[in-house]
Amino acid sequence: MKRIDGRKEDELRPIVMKAGVIEQADGSAFVKFGNTSAIAAVYGPRSLHPKHLQIPDKALLRTVYSMAPFSTTERVKPGPSRRSIEISKVTRYALEPAVFLEEFPKTGIEVYIDIIEADAGTRTAGINAASIALADAGIPMRDLVAAVAVGKINNNYIVDLCGKEEEQTLCDMPVAYMPRTKQITLLQMDGDITLDDATKLIKLAIKKCEEIYEIQKQALKKRWMG
Amino acid sequence: MKLQTQYLIRLAEKGVRGDGRKGEEYRKIEIEKNTIAKAEGSAKVKIGSTEVVAGVKMDVGEPFPDKPDEGILITNAEFSPIASPEFETGPPDEDAIELARVVDRGIRESGAIDMKKLCITPGEKVWMVFIDIHILNHSGNLIDAAALAAVTALKHTKIPEYDGEKVDYENKTKPLPLVHLPVTVTTAKIGNLYVVDPDLEEEDVMSVRLTVTTKEDGNVCAIQKSGPDGLLLEEVEKIFKLSIKKGNEIRKL
Repeated sequence: MKRIDGRKEDELRPIVMKAGVIEQADGSAFVKFGNTSAIAAVYGPRSLHPKHLQIPDKALLRTVYSMAPFSTTERVKPGPSRRSIEISKVTRYALEPAVFLEEFPKTGIEVYIDIIEADAGTRTAGINAASIALADAGIPMRDLVAAVAVGKINNNYIVDLCGKEEEQTLCDMPVAYMPRTKQITLLQMDGDITLDDATKLIKLAIKKCEEIYEIQKQALKKRWMG
Repeated sequence: MKLQTQYLIRLAEKGVRGDGRKGEEYRKIEIEKNTIAKAEGSAKVKIGSTEVVAGVKMDVGEPFPDKPDEGILITNAEFSPIASPEFETGPPDEDAIELARVVDRGIRESGAIDMKKLCITPGEKVWMVFIDIHILNHSGNLIDAAALAAVTALKHTKIPEYDGEKVDYENKTKPLPLVHLPVTVTTAKIGNLYVVDPDLEEEDVMSVRLTVTTKEDGNVCAIQKSGPDGLLLEEVEKIFKLSIKKGNEIRKL
């Protein structure tokens, strides 16, 4: 099957990843998949206020996902929406397994993800960027987290859906994965598919996450090893 | 809290749960239909001492431009401070939003409601279905209880009469065109034990949970992973199968 933008079924969009893009932040990254662009900035570990939020034996990880008003066809109203609040939550849980929070008791680590250009797959682009930004900030991690969305159009399993494909797909399944520990840290799906399809799609997502992981590592190497 | 965590994890190593249930065992589920007279449909669901009420209200409104011949579904959840010392007043927090969105996805994506049958005049007037979920007591596993209450409420919803101008809420005759029954099953991981229907203590110590909504034909309609740990592919596959099995059991209630 030829896809809408001419890609093969298991072909990712052109990817750009860059670490260290915001001078003020402790760590940052820019990630672009086709026409989806995300910037992530990490601040911390730093002292956490108000004090009652502090956790005695580990750092508190906070994530905020937000879309720029000009990122989509119809202007996004600034400020948190129900969608962005849910994505912020699942993003936190996608990243948390990778971070040694216990190294920084009572502190806060804040991850801000801004989507500046949206053409589907924004939460996964955001997770890819956030993971590079955390490593860029020098925060000890078990692994990088790589993420991609997969779907099914007609009888074809496809990866990294673009906006037009998102409208046609039988299901949309974003997956985040830590290749070293083999753990799935984000798994969501909406659609109507068989158990067999669901399993096949997760396997496909894992395979593509392993590719994305290599690009993430390259971005970090380029920043820190020249 | 720390002691409780260690205790439950030690129990889990022996395959035992705090309240003596088996890993695949739900607490007692009680369903009461049409508990709210003024709602178009309603249901109260108890899972153990977790108690949730869902009410369906309907109204006539304009369809979305991209779906001019389909009705509209809106799902909302309120975590009222009556239900738990943890709940506060104010707009829904991330947990309430997540719950409502996961319940909504299960119903929407399974095609449970035949939305085309809710069209009155294409492009102009359609029925809007509002599902409001109210938590009465939070003793864990709110998502499964809320989803079950929502679907049960839809199953007993009667559409009010509409004469083209006014909705007559006194006369409700036609049932809502409900064509599928999605059931939501949540499985948590504690130590190395997988438990369905985690109670409040188990939710405090679980490292990760997976919520899976399935249809009567075994298809999967919604998945949501939550919690600060990851899952291996084998673990996910195991939970999928368990969710289908438990879903079929619950659907018979």
